[in-house]
Amino acid sequence: MTSATTELNQWIRFTPAQRLARFAVYLGMVAAVVWALKTIEIIPEFLYDAPEQVLDMGSRMWPIDWANFWPGVWPALIETLHIAAMATILGLCMGVPVGFLAARNATPFPWVNHIARFILVATRSISTLLWALFFVAMFGPGPLAGALAIAFHSIGFIGKMFSEGVEESNKRSIEALQAAGATRMQLIVMGFWPQVKPTFWSVALFRWDINVRESAILGLVGAGGIGVALNAAIDLLQWDRVALILITIFVVVILIEMMVMWIRKRVI
Amino acid sequence: MTNVETSMVTRADFFRPSIWTRLGYALLIVYVIYAAATLGLSWERIERGVGYGAKFLAGFFPPNFTKSDLIPGLLESLQIAFLASLFGTLIAIPLSVLSARNLMPSFVTWPVRIIIILCRTFHPVIVAIIAVKAVGFGAMAGVIALTVASVGFVGKLLAEAIEEISKKQIEAIRATGASFMNTIIFGVVPQVMNRFIGFVAYETDSNLRHSTIVGVVGAGGIGGTLFSAFQRYDYDFVAGISIAIIALVMLGEVIQIYVKRVFR
Repeated sequence: MTSATTELNQWIRFTPAQRLARFAVYLGMVAAVVWALKTIEIIPEFLYDAPEQVLDMGSRMWPIDWANFWPGVWPALIETLHIAAMATILGLCMGVPVGFLAARNATPFPWVNHIARFILVATRSISTLLWALFFVAMFGPGPLAGALAIAFHSIGFIGKMFSEGVEESNKRSIEALQAAGATRMQLIVMGFWPQVKPTFWSVALFRWDINVRESAILGLVGAGGIGVALNAAIDLLQWDRVALILITIFVVVILIEMMVMWIRKRVI
Repeated sequence: MTNVETSMVTRADFFRPSIWTRLGYALLIVYVIYAAATLGLSWERIERGVGYGAKFLAGFFPPNFTKSDLIPGLLESLQIAFLASLFGTLIAIPLSVLSARNLMPSFVTWPVRIIIILCRTFHPVIVAIIAVKAVGFGAMAGVIALTVASVGFVGKLLAEAIEEISKKQIEAIRATGASFMNTIIFGVVPQVMNRFIGFVAYETDSNLRHSTIVGVVGAGGIGGTLFSAFQRYDYDFVAGISIAIIALVMLGEVIQIYVKRVFR
């Protein structure tokens, strides 16, 4: 304050508190990077022969084992797509109610909001692979464990996006319904739902796209999908087959992304 | 009176979904039943699974935080996340400038765009498998895998942000005779800086999450410890590691919110 009053002509963009906060963030970032660089464990011998290893891997990947696509990779790919679709549907079924409970305008009980928010953060913090390990232990290896793992991990993302959509919805139609004496269920179905429908579909599409990518890795812990084939090929050092699977994943992911973009443009 | 009643009956119900919507829902239900059957979903299996789950959850208690490999694993995950965010961002900045269609001709943007798409398509864990083959087990492979993912993520979003900027300021800077670098520094950077900080904060957060799982394929961090604890049926340690990971990720999310608030 004193410097501003004594030198009225001098324009300062940020207040001292803002500058201090920015400085603290910069300092924290530099400290984190310096600490990480100084203490990270790197084995130099492994680095020296990295180019050689990459070349070796490249030469083993060529020629690509196209013959294995049918009947080796194709069923695994279909299983992956089923896992992703089922997980998205299941995730929506669980995430949307929690999203409504987390939205402050749809559920006017703060303690319910807090519990719902905690569920959203907690399910999101546990990664898909960790969920998959739990469900493999429960249901045994296979696609069921994989679908449940992705579904539970998606709850957080779907619920968060959805509750934000609900909180942004227009108050007027809700108040009109309330004035007409609508019950809470009617408020949600007739008042909120028509307003958040576009959010719902865009979240569903976006999450489906992510889930296809995620379902490709589930096989590493035995939870079904194309990852099982990938894991087997790597363990058997069949790098030509690994190359085929990687190309398959790439093509499928790109196709689905294009499809999602097309649907977004046309429908939403 | 009767007249009014008949007119009430014939009025269309506005909330009734159209025939196509209803057909769509019917198809969805048929698909769910079919897919559930192919995934091997059945009541009996779920019942048995819930039984196992109860036993398994009982094994979690009390969570064990005392084993000596917990803290080093978490620290290694943090190192991987920080370095990958740094390198990923450093590589992504020039790539996103090169792939912005309003700054570069198309023969430059297309190859760079393909690189960014390639980085983004594969899940970090899959990249980690390749990196482990290239540079061996350890944190180095994790850093490489997450760097690739960061390049894809920051590169795509930053390129989109650059493409959305206002052209007027660029033209004003160019009119003063500025060089290309000066146009970027004074015309582009101020317009995308806020969004860029948001992307980097989000990316660091997501790297922190992924750095706790790349260890499953041997790329360093707490994931390896977690996976081996699982395979030893050491469930109380699994619970300890999981709780530690959740706490770390939540802490990261809180810090991310504060950092974004500082730069708003």
